[in-house]
Amino acid sequence: MFTKQLTGRRLWIAALIMPPLVFVCLFIVYPIISAFAYAFFDWNGLARGDFVWFENFHRVLFVEPFASRTINAFTHNVFVFFALMVFQNGLGFVLAYFLWRELPGFRFHRIAVFLPVVLSTIVVGFLWRLFFHPLFGPVNAGLKAIGLGFLTQPWLGQDTTALWSIVFANAWHMVGFPTLVFLAGMQRIPGEVLDAVRMETQSEWVKVTKIVWPLVAPSATVVFTLLFVGAFNWFELPYIMVGLEGSPHGSTDVLGLYFYRTAFGNQSGAPPDFGAGSALAVLIFLFIAIVAGTLTIRMRRREIEL
Amino acid sequence: MTASARSVSSVPTVSSNRSTVWTLDALVQVVLIANTLVMLVPIVIMVFSAFKTNVQIFQSPFSIPDFTNLTNLTKIWTQTNFLRYLGNSFFVTGVSMLLILTLGTMAAYAIARYRFTGSGFILMFFVAGLTLPLKLAIIPLFILMRDLGILNSHAALIVVYVATGLPTTVFIMTGFIRTLPSELEDAARMDGASEALIMWKIMLPLVRPAMVIAGIQNVVPIWNDFFFPLVFIQSDGLKTLPQGLASFMGEYNTDWGVLFSGLTLSVLPIIIIYILLSKQFINGMTSGAVK
Repeated sequence: MFTKQLTGRRLWIAALIMPPLVFVCLFIVYPIISAFAYAFFDWNGLARGDFVWFENFHRVLFVEPFASRTINAFTHNVFVFFALMVFQNGLGFVLAYFLWRELPGFRFHRIAVFLPVVLSTIVVGFLWRLFFHPLFGPVNAGLKAIGLGFLTQPWLGQDTTALWSIVFANAWHMVGFPTLVFLAGMQRIPGEVLDAVRMETQSEWVKVTKIVWPLVAPSATVVFTLLFVGAFNWFELPYIMVGLEGSPHGSTDVLGLYFYRTAFGNQSGAPPDFGAGSALAVLIFLFIAIVAGTLTIRMRRREIEL
Repeated sequence: MTASARSVSSVPTVSSNRSTVWTLDALVQVVLIANTLVMLVPIVIMVFSAFKTNVQIFQSPFSIPDFTNLTNLTKIWTQTNFLRYLGNSFFVTGVSMLLILTLGTMAAYAIARYRFTGSGFILMFFVAGLTLPLKLAIIPLFILMRDLGILNSHAALIVVYVATGLPTTVFIMTGFIRTLPSELEDAARMDGASEALIMWKIMLPLVRPAMVIAGIQNVVPIWNDFFFPLVFIQSDGLKTLPQGLASFMGEYNTDWGVLFSGLTLSVLPIIIIYILLSKQFINGMTSGAVK
């Protein structure tokens, strides 16, 4: 009787756990493991060929034209990460600190800053592509209207401004996320701590750097890590705004576009190359995993328990 | 926490500080208003332009349009596949969400309510899936979908969305179900209720708040996803809204009024829901990052 009940319970638990587990194994774990395996094979279109050891990795890292494209795309991802670190996370921290004062209207500002976050990247990309249009775009029209006509330029059409323009669109889209994560972190700082600070100093700068910033460290860890993963996975926004080739002249090419082009081919006739594509995917994956892991561990150490 | 934050700005102890605090508050207000304008003005221009002709957009991009002019909207309604894309998005998102919440709650319930060997490991296993960028496994996924015979069908999208949605859902739901008291459950068990009945009748009604959080966190990225349809779906009749929007933007690329109408129509549902439920949206979408 007792054992029968126990087996029944086991079956019941298995029935609850197995279906979701199968989904995750089949559509996340298995593809990721396969991605590693695929990188070691020679591919002929969709058909897998011989085991070629590190040949694909050697190609994407050291053989032209892959090598310089890999470096070019990687450099742009690094740039995007640091630019967004300042203009998305940095601005987010400042906005959170300002919202935290709860001046009249802060509820409205909070809703407004998060509104673009719920929009799809596709809409945001198209919106800013139209806005940055050199002849008819509202950005140039607006600059002319306020007497800054000399600043008008083909934002997405020249090497010097194209990547900056996409970074701007990304910051506009996502700045609400770090803002509200930081705000939630600040709101959890106990009142006694703030009262104690007020006894000691009147300086806002000291308050921010010595008290608030260290105490929102857990929020910072999460926001920085997510930005890092996002910046090295960047695909939709540049795809919509400048296309698969990272135009003009590869000045906006990033690893996501480059990987997709290599794996699935492009309009200008390059055939799909699953071997090189898989090798790139593995390299990007390892890079993200190692850096994000180290980043998280190092930042966790900085966090203070209250 | 509200009171303490407010007292920083509004209760200066020494009178000489009052002016500095006031200056700082003014500066804060100016920055916040400027930021809110930067956030909202592009969306307002987009909505305005949806009611304009090309000439009006190019000559007076910031003017208020005649909102009764529905030419662009009718064009979208009658000449494009927009409604079809919208329907496809509703279908794919709806089925995915249903499966995510059902399967996610099942796993979370088992992990949180029963003691069994390996439950900690299974939770770890689900949570590890949180941070893996699945985009990079797109080549094996593509081949897997081909082998399963579901390439170029909604099923390919749904299974990927369910798999990517489960980790967050299991994580959020497990945390919540663990906090529920066990008295009700034990009492029902004494009365001889079966485990399934206990879960269905007693525990599930209590987990709805967590389901809302987990639901919002998943519904927005699934509704907005572009990458997986781009790889898996070729037939125009099967495209989801973001993907359909991309082909439609290419087709009408000279008719800016229609382009802005398309953008406006595709964001309007989510903007309206967001304004009505902003608190739940903000909690839901930041819940993974806020502990």
